[in-house]
Amino acid sequence: MSSLPTPITISGHELRQRARRQARRQESATAWTFITPAVLIILGLSIVPTVWSFLLSFQADNLVTPSRWVGLDNYYALTKDPHFGQAVRNTLLYTVLYVPLSIVLGLALALALNRRIRFVGLYRTLFVVPFVISATAQGTLFSFILDPQFGAANSVLHWLGVSPQGFFTDPAQALPVLVAVSLWSGLGFCVVVYLAALQDVPQPLIEAARLDGAGRWHLLRHVTLPTLTPVSVFLVLWQTINALQVFDLVYVTTKGGPLGATTVIVYFIWEQAFKNFTAGYGAAAAYVLAVALFVIAAGLRVIRSRERQRLEGATR
Amino acid sequence: MTATATTHRRAAHAGVSRPGRARLPFSPWHLLLAPLALVFAIPLVWLLISSVMTNAEINRFPPALWPSGINLGGYRYVLNNALFPRWFVNSLIVSGVAVVSNLVFGALGGYAFARMRFFGSRVLLVLMLATMAIPFQLTMIPTFLVMKSFGLIDTLGALIVPSLVTPFAVFLLRQFFLSLPRELEEAAWMDGCSRLRVLFRIVLPLSRPALSTVAILTFLSTWNDLTWPLIAINHDTQYTLQLGLATFQGKHHTQWAAVMAGNVITVLPVLLAFVGAQKSFIRSITSSGLKG
Repeated sequence: MSSLPTPITISGHELRQRARRQARRQESATAWTFITPAVLIILGLSIVPTVWSFLLSFQADNLVTPSRWVGLDNYYALTKDPHFGQAVRNTLLYTVLYVPLSIVLGLALALALNRRIRFVGLYRTLFVVPFVISATAQGTLFSFILDPQFGAANSVLHWLGVSPQGFFTDPAQALPVLVAVSLWSGLGFCVVVYLAALQDVPQPLIEAARLDGAGRWHLLRHVTLPTLTPVSVFLVLWQTINALQVFDLVYVTTKGGPLGATTVIVYFIWEQAFKNFTAGYGAAAAYVLAVALFVIAAGLRVIRSRERQRLEGATR
Repeated sequence: MTATATTHRRAAHAGVSRPGRARLPFSPWHLLLAPLALVFAIPLVWLLISSVMTNAEINRFPPALWPSGINLGGYRYVLNNALFPRWFVNSLIVSGVAVVSNLVFGALGGYAFARMRFFGSRVLLVLMLATMAIPFQLTMIPTFLVMKSFGLIDTLGALIVPSLVTPFAVFLLRQFFLSLPRELEEAAWMDGCSRLRVLFRIVLPLSRPALSTVAILTFLSTWNDLTWPLIAINHDTQYTLQLGLATFQGKHHTQWAAVMAGNVITVLPVLLAFVGAQKSFIRSITSSGLKG
């Protein structure tokens, strides 16, 4: 009888702890049932393939017969392959043209749209609509408009007294034309991102600068643009990542031609893996592209976290 | 977009006209914006116009720039010579399943990461974030092999499974859930509601903006994709609209009116959705860049 109080306190304490432990275990179980579908799909279809691709890039694989280990041969062959070299050059040229143009023109349009005038909503809609249209639809539409024989572009040029152009069929014009078509759809993205960022330009700063007698150009250069810098850096990286991965539009309009003038890296990878069935070689090319993209994405992450710290510091 | 409205008001206040200058009856900015907007609009207008032209009108040189009347020959040709209705349904199935499953699995995963403590949560979150940096080109060859081993190649399953849930959906919803006040959930939690009930009854109704962003971006990316259907599908009964349109153009490239009619069918759902929910679309597109 005298021993009765002691067990009660011990078991009470233990019970509480056990209950807490059980609750935690139960919560863990519930959480795992919540995340299992996402984990299976996301890890199963990206971590596993990433490792698989890596292994594949050291093999001679045709997707049918058992593959053979060839070490670094695929990578070595890439450095010697004139088609891959051309694909890299084309992709870089496309990126170097597309990224600055999309950002400068996007910023200019956003600045023009960031005011209270009539139809501003309509203008914004017209600039953004092409962005939601698929590359396939764009590609077929512009293949038609720019068709050397039946296209509207040449009939407009004919009207203006300019001789007909080859556009996508002319090796010298195909890539710049591809950039122009990409700008038609890609500008909208830069415009909406800049328009959103322009809402955050601190108004007191502008008022103060204006009181100090700053003109419009001065305001733009010394107040607005510096505030937009983080967004601009983000856009440069984002647009670069996308430009390096261009494929759909090329597939629909030029199939990499004429004479390989628009063969970009992803087109090269697709051709190697799914047309020539040299999957190992394609995987090696994909890894070369991926490493370039990883570097850019890492840069993006660093800039973003630095930006987050800066913002947190500012609000404190 | 209240933010836009306020800036516009400020901008108007700022643009005080100076005396002594000739004033246009409208803002001079229209002189820049109107022609540019026209340049952006013309290709789409031309898409609609040429889809109702006859091939004779298009094949003339120089081609006619205006149709003599509305001619539905292109649309008839498309319906007789291709499986556009079938492809439309296929695209609808793939996008529809992807949107719903991204919402459900994204919400479940995002909620677990935002509110629940469980073994391995940190490692998993970091891994998921890391997968967002993996480009599709790197995974497409093995994903093809995985789908082949499941026997899904040449079926809609091959298109659906890889897009069932994206790390973007999980992460975006997690961030949104973290921004919600905890108190509401805790009250329901105390009343003995299960986690699942709390999520569906309390959290999700408050998460409309984030859910619509996930839905819109999933719809756009699955509906508009060409690369993966091109790899995973061979048989034309399993085509999506994008793959169908690309193939149709390759085979009938002299039938431009018909190709444009097929193009209109492919583009119209996205255009209608955009026009119907423009604010949500623009918000989603912006956040895809800034938060993604």
